[in-house]
Amino acid sequence: MAFEYEKYLRMDKIPHLWCPGCGIGVVLKAMLRSVENVGWEKNDIAFVSGIGCTSRAPGYIDCNTLHTTHGRALSFATGIKLAQPAKHVVIFSGDGDATAIGGNHFIHACRRNIDMTLVVVNNNTYGMTGGQHSPTTPIGYKASTTVYGNIDPTFDICLLAKAAGASYVARATVNKGKMLEKYITKGFEHKGFSVIVATANCHTQFGRKNKMSDPISVRKWIESREIPIEKARTMKAAELNDKIITGEFITHEEETTWWENYNHPIHEYTEAYQTIRDKAQERK
Amino acid sequence: MKKSVRFYSGAELVAKAAIDAGCRFFGGYPITPSSEIAEYMSVHMPRVGGTYIQMEDEIGAMGSIIGASLTGVKSLTATSGPGFSLKQENIGYAYMAEVPCVVCNVMRGGPSTGLPTALAQADIMQAKWGTHGDHPVIALTPAYLEEIYELTIKAFNFAETYRMPIMLLLDEVIAHLSAAIELPDKELLVIKNRRRPTVPPEKYFPYDTAYGDVPPMANFFEGYRYHVTGLSHDKTGFPTTDPDLVQADQERHLRKVKAHINEIIDYEYYMMKDAEIIIFAYGSTARAARVAVDNARKLGIRVGMMRFRVIWPLPEAEILKLCSKAKAIIVPEMNMGQLSDVIERYAADRTKIMRINHVGGVPIHPTDVLNVIKEAL
Ligand SMILES: Cc1ncc(C[n+]2csc(CCOP(=O)(O)OP(=O)(O)O)c2C)c(N)n1
Ligand code: SF4
Ligand SMILES: [Mg+2]
Repeated sequence: MAFEYEKYLRMDKIPHLWCPGCGIGVVLKAMLRSVENVGWEKNDIAFVSGIGCTSRAPGYIDCNTLHTTHGRALSFATGIKLAQPAKHVVIFSGDGDATAIGGNHFIHACRRNIDMTLVVVNNNTYGMTGGQHSPTTPIGYKASTTVYGNIDPTFDICLLAKAAGASYVARATVNKGKMLEKYITKGFEHKGFSVIVATANCHTQFGRKNKMSDPISVRKWIESREIPIEKARTMKAAELNDKIITGEFITHEEETTWWENYNHPIHEYTEAYQTIRDKAQERK
Repeated sequence: MKKSVRFYSGAELVAKAAIDAGCRFFGGYPITPSSEIAEYMSVHMPRVGGTYIQMEDEIGAMGSIIGASLTGVKSLTATSGPGFSLKQENIGYAYMAEVPCVVCNVMRGGPSTGLPTALAQADIMQAKWGTHGDHPVIALTPAYLEEIYELTIKAFNFAETYRMPIMLLLDEVIAHLSAAIELPDKELLVIKNRRRPTVPPEKYFPYDTAYGDVPPMANFFEGYRYHVTGLSHDKTGFPTTDPDLVQADQERHLRKVKAHINEIIDYEYYMMKDAEIIIFAYGSTARAARVAVDNARKLGIRVGMMRFRVIWPLPEAEILKLCSKAKAIIVPEMNMGQLSDVIERYAADRTKIMRINHVGGVPIHPTDVLNVIKEAL
C-alpha cells in the first residue's frame, strides 16, 4: 500500500516553496516514514528548525512545529526537551545552519547527549540566500562567493558529531531514500543524541555554479563520490579525499574499539537531570 | 501566618520571586554581576521539580527559555551587558512569536567587556531598542530588595498577560546588596497565567485577534498542533508578506502595551506636593537621590522625586505635566544620559534639564545630587 504522506502533512500549506527536484523532499519523506515506523503520536512530536531552505520543512508537517532563528534550533529544542522529557523532539537543519552559525550549539547538543534527533540536510551550500559557500562546500568548487574556487577546508559533519559526543551518527544520500529512512528511524529509536546527515542536491544553487544545473546531474555527482563505511575502513586516507562516506559511524549497539568509545557519553541528559532533581529534593 | 524574615541578596530575590511566580525553567550562561542568579537557580530549580541548564552561550540560553515556555513552562534567563547583547536576536524572536519569558539584566559598564565588576545603568536603551525592528517593550527597574521580589513577580505576570519577553533591569549594587527583609505572604501573591484557548484544536489559531490584541496561547503537546515562526505571519502562524497583514500585526503588537499603559506604568512620588525642582530617577541611583532630597529639604529647598519602577513604557502624561510646572528637572543616571535624552523631549523649552552622568563605576553620591539641586535654585 502506498504510504499516506497526507496523514502527516499540512496539505493546505502545499505547494511548498522548494525548487522542483530539490533533495530536501526526499529527506522529508524519509522522516515522515520514520515517524510512522516508530508509531509516535503527532501531538507528542515537536519539529524544530533554524533558517534556510531545509528549515522550512517543519511548516509543512502536522505536528508542533517551530521555525526559529538561523543556527539556533538546537537551543530552542533543548529547552523543549528538558521541559518535556517524555515528548519527542526532532530538529531539521541545513549544513550552514547546523555547522556554521549553529556550530557551537551543534557540538554542545552532541556533548550533552540529550535524547533528540537532528537531521542535517547537507547540500554543500547556502541554498536559501543564493548559493554562498558553506562549511561543506568542497575545495575547488564554486559558490556565489567563491567564483575563483573555494579554498576553505570542509567539515565532515559525521566525524564532528561523533567526536563531540553524539551517540548515534549516520549518513545516507538522497539517492537512497530507504537507507535514509532506516537511519532516521534508528535515530528516533535511539536513546541519546542522534545525528543523521542526508547528502542532498541543491541543483539550483550549488549545481548550477558547478556545471550540474539539474537534479540528476548533482545526484550522479553524489553517487560517484559515495563510499560505504565498510569499504572506507579498508582504504587509505588520501583515497578518501572528496568522498562521501555513508553508513553508521557510531551506534552504541555493539562492542566498539576503545578509541571509538573514548570520551563518549555515559548517560542521556534528561535522565541524568532527573537524578539531580532527586538529589536536590532529598537534601531539601 | 508566620512571616519569613531572613537575609537575602538581590540576586537571590530574583531567583526566589521567579520560583514563587511559577517559573520552572532557567537557562543561563555565567557572567558577572549576574552569575549569582544562575547559582541560586541551579540549587533551587531541581528542588521544585524545575530545570536549570547552563547553555553554551547567551544566544543558546535565550533560545532554551523560549523553547521551554512554548511548552507551558514559565522561564527565566539572567545576564549582564555582553550577554544581553548576544541575546538580542532571540529576544526579537520572542517578541515576534509572542512567547512569554523574563530576561533579567544585571547592568554593568559598557560598551564591550567594559566594567565587569562595577555598577552602571548602561542598558536602559538597549532594553528598548536592542533587537532589530519595532516591538513593544516593558522594562522594570527595582531600587530596593523588597522591590526586586515584587517586581520580578510582576515581570512574570506581564510576560504571561501580554505574551511577550519582559526586561528586568537590575544594577550591580542592588543585585549584590544583602539585608534582612520580610517577604509577602505567598498566599496573598497575585500570579497571572497566560490565557488559554477555549476552542477545540480544529478551531484554534495561534494568533487569532478575535479575542483581542493578546491571542490565547496553546502550549506544545496539548493537541493544538500549530506553527511558530519569527517570520511575519498570519493568524495561523504561517509566513506572510501581505503588506496589510504585516502592518496590522505590527500595530497590534505595539497596541498590546500602548492600550494598557495605565496598567503597566509604575512610579513613586517622593516629596512632590510642593516641589519646584524635580528629580527623575530609577534603580539604585534613586536611593542616592532620595537622600539628597531629604538633605535639601532640611535646607528648605522644595525638591521632590519621581522614581520609575517601570522605566518602559514611561508615564508620558505625568512627565509632561511635571515638566510644564517644574523650575528645573534633574536626571541622575549611571550612563551618559540615556533617560535624560528622552526626558529632554518632554522638557523641551518648558523647563531646564540638568544631567548627572557617572560612568566610572562608582555610585552617584547623595552629595553629587545635592550639589546639582543647589545649582538649580
Ligand atoms: C543571523 C542570520 N544571519 C544570516 C541569515 C541569512 N541566511 C538565511 S538562510 C542562510 C543559509 C542557509 O544555508 P543552510 O543552513 O545550508 O540551509 P539551506 O538553505 O542550504 O537548506 C543564511 C546565511 C539569517 N537569516 N540570520
Ligand atoms: S535553492 Fe537549492 S536547497 Fe533551496 S529549494 Fe532550491 S534546490 Fe532546494
Ligand atoms: Mg545548505
